[in-house]
Amino acid sequence: MYSMSMWNVGRGRKKKGRGMTGKGELLHPGKDLSVLLTSLFLCSPVDCAIKAMVKHEQEEFPNRPDNTAFTQQRLPAWQPILSAGIVIPGFVLIGLAFIGVGVGLFITSRDVQVLELDYTGAVATDPCYKCSDPSIKNCECTMEFHLDTLFKGPVFIYYGLTNYFQNQRKYGISKDDNQLYGDLDTFKSPASECFPYGYDSKSKPIVPCGALANSMFNDTFRLYRMVNGSKKEVPLNGKGIAWWTDQNVKYRNPNETPLINAFNGTVKPINWPKAAYELDTTDVYNNGFINQDFLVWMRRAALPNFRKLYRRITKDEYQAGLPAGNYSLEISYNYHVLSFKGKKKLVLSNISWMGGKNDFLGIAYLVVGSLCVIMSIVMLIVYAKFKFPEED
Amino acid sequence: MFTDFLSFMVLFNFIIPVSMYVTVEMQKFLGSFFITWDKDFFDPEIKEGALVNTSDLNEELGQVEYIFTDKTGTLTQNNMEFIECCIDGFQYRHQEDSSELDGVCVTDGPVNKVQQKAGTEREELFLRALCLCHTVQVKESTKNGRDQIDQVDGLGADEEVLHPPQKERGFIASSPDEIALVQGAMRYGFTFLGLESKNMKILNRNKDVETYELLHVLNFDPVRRRMSVMVRSKTGDILLFCKGADSSIFPRVRQEEVERIRMHVERNATDGYRTLCVAYKHLSAEEYANADAGLREAKLALQDREEKLMDVYNQVETEMTLIGATAVEDQLQDEAAQTMEALQVAGMKVWVLTGDKMETAKSTCYACGLFKKNTELLELTLRTLEDGGRRREERLHDLLLEYHKKAVQDAPPVKLGITRSWSVASHGFGFIIDGASLSMVFSSSSESNSSLYKNLFLQICQNCTAVLCCRMAPLQKAQIVRLVKNSKGSPITLSIGDGANDVSMILEAHVGIGIKGKEGRQAVKNSDYAIPKLKHLKKLLLAHGHLYYVRIAHLVQYFFYKNLCFILPQFLYQFFCGFSQQPLYDAAYLTMYNICFTSMPILAYSLLEQHICIEVLLDNSTLYREIAKNAMLRWKLFLYWTALGLFHGLVFFFGVRFLFSNPALQDNGQVFGNWSYGTIVFTVLVFTVTLKLALVTRHWTWINHFVIWGSLAFYVFFSFFWGGIICRPFLSHQRLYFVFANMLSSVSAWLVIILLILLSLLPEILLVVLRKPRGPHARQMKRRLPSSGTSTIFMLSQTASTHSFSWSD
Repeated sequence: MYSMSMWNVGRGRKKKGRGMTGKGELLHPGKDLSVLLTSLFLCSPVDCAIKAMVKHEQEEFPNRPDNTAFTQQRLPAWQPILSAGIVIPGFVLIGLAFIGVGVGLFITSRDVQVLELDYTGAVATDPCYKCSDPSIKNCECTMEFHLDTLFKGPVFIYYGLTNYFQNQRKYGISKDDNQLYGDLDTFKSPASECFPYGYDSKSKPIVPCGALANSMFNDTFRLYRMVNGSKKEVPLNGKGIAWWTDQNVKYRNPNETPLINAFNGTVKPINWPKAAYELDTTDVYNNGFINQDFLVWMRRAALPNFRKLYRRITKDEYQAGLPAGNYSLEISYNYHVLSFKGKKKLVLSNISWMGGKNDFLGIAYLVVGSLCVIMSIVMLIVYAKFKFPEED
Repeated sequence: MFTDFLSFMVLFNFIIPVSMYVTVEMQKFLGSFFITWDKDFFDPEIKEGALVNTSDLNEELGQVEYIFTDKTGTLTQNNMEFIECCIDGFQYRHQEDSSELDGVCVTDGPVNKVQQKAGTEREELFLRALCLCHTVQVKESTKNGRDQIDQVDGLGADEEVLHPPQKERGFIASSPDEIALVQGAMRYGFTFLGLESKNMKILNRNKDVETYELLHVLNFDPVRRRMSVMVRSKTGDILLFCKGADSSIFPRVRQEEVERIRMHVERNATDGYRTLCVAYKHLSAEEYANADAGLREAKLALQDREEKLMDVYNQVETEMTLIGATAVEDQLQDEAAQTMEALQVAGMKVWVLTGDKMETAKSTCYACGLFKKNTELLELTLRTLEDGGRRREERLHDLLLEYHKKAVQDAPPVKLGITRSWSVASHGFGFIIDGASLSMVFSSSSESNSSLYKNLFLQICQNCTAVLCCRMAPLQKAQIVRLVKNSKGSPITLSIGDGANDVSMILEAHVGIGIKGKEGRQAVKNSDYAIPKLKHLKKLLLAHGHLYYVRIAHLVQYFFYKNLCFILPQFLYQFFCGFSQQPLYDAAYLTMYNICFTSMPILAYSLLEQHICIEVLLDNSTLYREIAKNAMLRWKLFLYWTALGLFHGLVFFFGVRFLFSNPALQDNGQVFGNWSYGTIVFTVLVFTVTLKLALVTRHWTWINHFVIWGSLAFYVFFSFFWGGIICRPFLSHQRLYFVFANMLSSVSAWLVIILLILLSLLPEILLVVLRKPRGPHARQMKRRLPSSGTSTIFMLSQTASTHSFSWSD
């Protein structure tokens, strides 16, 4: 029935004007776009010549599609062909290059010296066992260690935490960026993300607010070198441990001098022993929110087992490294990790051009490079057997 | 917790590639322009190219298994020429070289009435019938003789040299048959002068003008298959002239006249001519009054007008007197046979569905090469049904079983796939069924029989190389299409036709193609694609369809792949962050990944890729079989891409994970945090998926180069930009401040990025090398392969840029 009515409609229509004489009536929908695209995409002067040649035909047939390389899907094209003759030498070259880089990486990584000192105090024999009880305040403990050879400088000191999920989402967003940018308004009313570390029990705003800042690592270390039975402190450099951009751009102290004025009416984070404006009273550019220890902490670690830069040893006679001998590490133990089965350690390490010690990269390069070489050998055998069927 | 669940939903929603739908739509929409733009589809005769009405079906063009084609106007040109007529059993064939306009009687062998003519009275009655029974309009002359062209419903017909007296006259009609008939009558001395205020004027042989008052036109419709006019002559006689298909005329005329004419009709049909029978009837005043009242009432009816009109038509068109028959020739379309053969070689089955007589259609099928000399024809028509002298139902049952045994059970098992060569298919079976038999198959008396018959019918048809369904009503055409469409394996069907009677099957099939023919625009308007000529179907399917299918298949799978290896590290990261829904990548990266960084290369690929160049596709129809049955979207390939995505995701995540076992990656001892981790993974990801696409691309135009390298450059540029801005209200969104620049300052990060990209792509390169090019691909590659000696890993060779320099190739 449907088709019948269609038929009748068709017969009923009497279109006299259309057809051959009806010029330009039945434009192609793509025509305008085609013109646009061709004018945009047109490639060679040859095409223009063709266009001129066929121009009279264009006038004769206004509906004829443009004869351009683009519209006719005849754009000049390159076809990459991965043939054995190319791939096998290529693989060998890549493989050799990778093996070369891998060897370099492996040797570099092997030469990096690392000393890890676990001071969690989980077992009774540990020197810090007495401090592992959270009820003991201001606990100090000392670890002794011995260096057989020179620990080449510059030496970097890291603290490492394990089973610590600094990458937890809600923990990570629990901070107020405007506050940390020095916005005084947010000192009075911290962002809601900071909850429950936005206000203390007396409804006073906490600055810096949030769980991330509140949980800042606050163990401190002093390193002594034992020279002839007497302790000689090794100076530790707390500068240059945070990203330059973090200290100079991303984080800012409020525009108040002295800094303490800005913190009127606020309280320090619950877990902090001292307020933000007391983090480093010796240096204005390392105090408050731009304190480098704070910045290092605020840059969240990627994985639950991580280490963060604590200090550098760059001064005096230690510039070339820590000489062999006995050392004593005094730890001010404030940060309790046993409740979540975490561990703390202090890591002394020197740094190569590729960063800290990392065997993975070197081994991975060696493995992938060898794979390339082995695969090219296998391919060579396969192709030799089949007499290079693709070639000629 | 429920909010946790929602957070995970937000985090992992990228695994469902919403952006894919946008890209797919864009690909389809933009891709369809290439069909419109193709100059090979331009037909200088009608001055039009292809028309795309939908952009949704580009890839289905590459999956067609069954083609249902109309005959008239599709396989044939619908360019009618009056060949001969038969009046009262005497044959009149017009001789081209004869200067005489008078009817020339030639010997008509089968009738054995040598040199005889029908009586002048009958002859003139017949010619008057031809002159009156139509809906042709006369286009009055203008001063310019060149404009005198037959017009068919908006489309210019070819120029015909008209005979001198008619030079100033052009005709307009909805069907070229009618023009051919009016012109035929003109040759025998009866000229239709036009319709003036209900009066039809005819110039008769004596150059006198006869005037008839047009009382009613009983319109043609494809179900009734006839049309009539009622006229009142000068003398007051009321006449009804009727013309139509023999099957619809013969039962309505007095039987004694039928036999003489039937022979002519059948012989003409066997020759491939279109035949029409002409009958008339004297109406008494009383009969006319009845009919007139009935028609007026039916025309005014508000409900079921069509049915009521039909009833009246059927009452009036009875007990007529047969006067003669006409034969009109319709030539085959250009390259019809080559096109049909190419399509069959490509593994498609061609069914001809036509309203014409069986003999006419059969000869067309032979001419098109659908039936070959050695094709065994299985016929299920009224004739074969009535052969046995038994009841039709029984006979139908027997025949179906017999044919089924022949074609299905005893046939050698057909091997599917590429091995099924053309030679095997060539001496197959051809099946012929007509409308009446078909309706018996479809509406058998008992329910169980009906489904059995349908099944048998379908199985027979599916095992035949070509099927011819003649005497089809439009709805029956659709019925057949539906039957095949819903059969096992739901094959993709394509209908192609030019007339309004094909609309139902065009709408029913998956892909409907309209020919911009002479039967009006109904088919074109209802079709998905319209092409000027049948021969264009070959390129449309074999080249455009093939390419679009391959393109979209890659597009879809690549999208799943790239989203899998995008989200997998994100998922794995949850195991390392206490399942806290911590995003691995920055929000900007999450958003831009599918929109900016990786969308353009695949879009360009899916528009421009030609893994085999168009000429090769057209030359080797068998290539179409390689993608048949959705070959590129099967489980195997899907699993390959999924495995690749998993592999890449694992490599990205764990590669960086092991690197971060010591996060002190800078040479100043400073450590990297979680955003650096994500940025390294993301950088490896963007480079790897883009380079993976570069490895898949076989056809590098400058656009591909531009978008692939451009996307990577944009990623780097954007990362610098994003890591370089910091402003007040959006501080918390600047988590990436200087992360990217810091990452690039670390040698380890560089090394790990290079390592992971190469490690991810290694198996891919290996596969590409080991996968030997087969068949025509190899040939094509060989042709394109220059002597080796390039130093890059890709041997880049310029394809023969067969840039055509003229329109005429």
